[in-house]
Amino acid sequence: MGTKQVVKGNFATAVAAKLARVDVVPAYPITPSTLFPEQISTYIANGEMDAELLLTESEHSAMSAAIGASASGARVATATASQGLKLMSEMLFIASGMRLPIVTAVGNRALSAPINIWCDHQDTIAERDSGWLQFYAENNQNALDLMIMAFKISEDHRVLLPSLVGLDAFVLTHTMEGVDVPLQEEVDDFLPPYKPALKLDVRNPMTFGSFGTPAHYTEFKYQQWEAMKNAEKVIDEVFSEFHGKFGRKYEKVSEYRTDDADIIFLTMGSMSGTARAAVDSMREKGMKVGTAKLTVFRPFPFDDIKSLSKKAKVLAVVDRNISFGFGGAVFAEVSGALINEREKPIIMDFILGLGGRDITQDDFFTMADKAKKAMETGNAEMVTWINLKEVK
Amino acid sequence: MNDEEVTMGAVVTTPGSAMNYKTGSWRTLKPVLDEEKCKFCNICWQFCPDSAIEKADAKAKKPVKIDYDYCKGCGICARECPFDAIHMVEEEK
Repeated sequence: MGTKQVVKGNFATAVAAKLARVDVVPAYPITPSTLFPEQISTYIANGEMDAELLLTESEHSAMSAAIGASASGARVATATASQGLKLMSEMLFIASGMRLPIVTAVGNRALSAPINIWCDHQDTIAERDSGWLQFYAENNQNALDLMIMAFKISEDHRVLLPSLVGLDAFVLTHTMEGVDVPLQEEVDDFLPPYKPALKLDVRNPMTFGSFGTPAHYTEFKYQQWEAMKNAEKVIDEVFSEFHGKFGRKYEKVSEYRTDDADIIFLTMGSMSGTARAAVDSMREKGMKVGTAKLTVFRPFPFDDIKSLSKKAKVLAVVDRNISFGFGGAVFAEVSGALINEREKPIIMDFILGLGGRDITQDDFFTMADKAKKAMETGNAEMVTWINLKEVK
Repeated sequence: MNDEEVTMGAVVTTPGSAMNYKTGSWRTLKPVLDEEKCKFCNICWQFCPDSAIEKADAKAKKPVKIDYDYCKGCGICARECPFDAIHMVEEEK
């Protein structure tokens, strides 16, 4: 068994990178993820980690270096957030297109303008179409575990796609929590060294990053589509193996008190614990409510969402992001997943918690009231902003 | 990328495949060598970004040669030649 340590979320992702025996960490610091490269630097200085830390001049360069290192067959991790992830954006698409299993921890932070360093999910949501797998941690234990599992999932030859592990800015990145840190030999037993399918090697020269003409481009994209489909199965396998070896159970969608629920919330990230506490309070008052947590956003878990939808009269999606002119991104995906279902619940979208505003139990009560009204009248606003001050 | 190949991540597994792509038709300006002025220094060969210059041989008094199959007409050779032996002229259709 490992050791119980009280650590910040950034430490959890850094120790995961160490335990995963990462070879190269190209990084550029940004709040709230700076502690990640700092911790890696400490590990290397103390001789606890045999890795190359590349301090680049920008996030664009950090991801470029990650691509080069990964193409040479190294296991690569980095961390960023918000504007940093935006500066990486161009290279994110290249990492996935070149099928490089880089793992990046993202301290989910709001985007400028106005500048804000606190939590929401806009940064990773805006990279929805970058071809990266996306995992969201509810707590620091999740951050550590998902980071380790992300390598195994990404490096599986049926997948070979990069992964983002999102952990909420400050709520997780800078908050101390008790975390089970596994032993090195336990992680070694779970995560074998990375074996690339193809790699840069002077003894066997190949061209990486070649041209893809109209004659082939579609097929390359189709391969990425297939790989992302394969990831659904691989994620289940890896979650299951992890459960067997470490005793902690992960699901793409984790349901809580949903079996006889009329109203079910769907949450992502650290708000999920608040949702369960709120559901407990509502249950005490006799309200038939449940909640479900989305841990895997890409590949989107269609089947789990379909089976969840069958249990609810109202599915209340709690979005900590906003796609202007549409609504929340999770709402969009859920609606899309259910479009051809003959029977589906009323799907409501709630936007809140942007730029670090707390999502409280009271907010869940407010949403439950609105969902109840929708259930009774059969009418619902599609998108509702919660806990909104009056604006002129 | 050969027509029949759709590899993982668009990796070209056979080295040297750029030879298959003749890029000379991209040119709008064409470098023309005045063989009399060439002093076999090979500075143009060093600077050519596309390996489109064949090396001169001083002993054999053989001047450099421009490979028009790959020359894209960037003009770097003409600019770098210390002896004014290369001039850029407009490409004719």
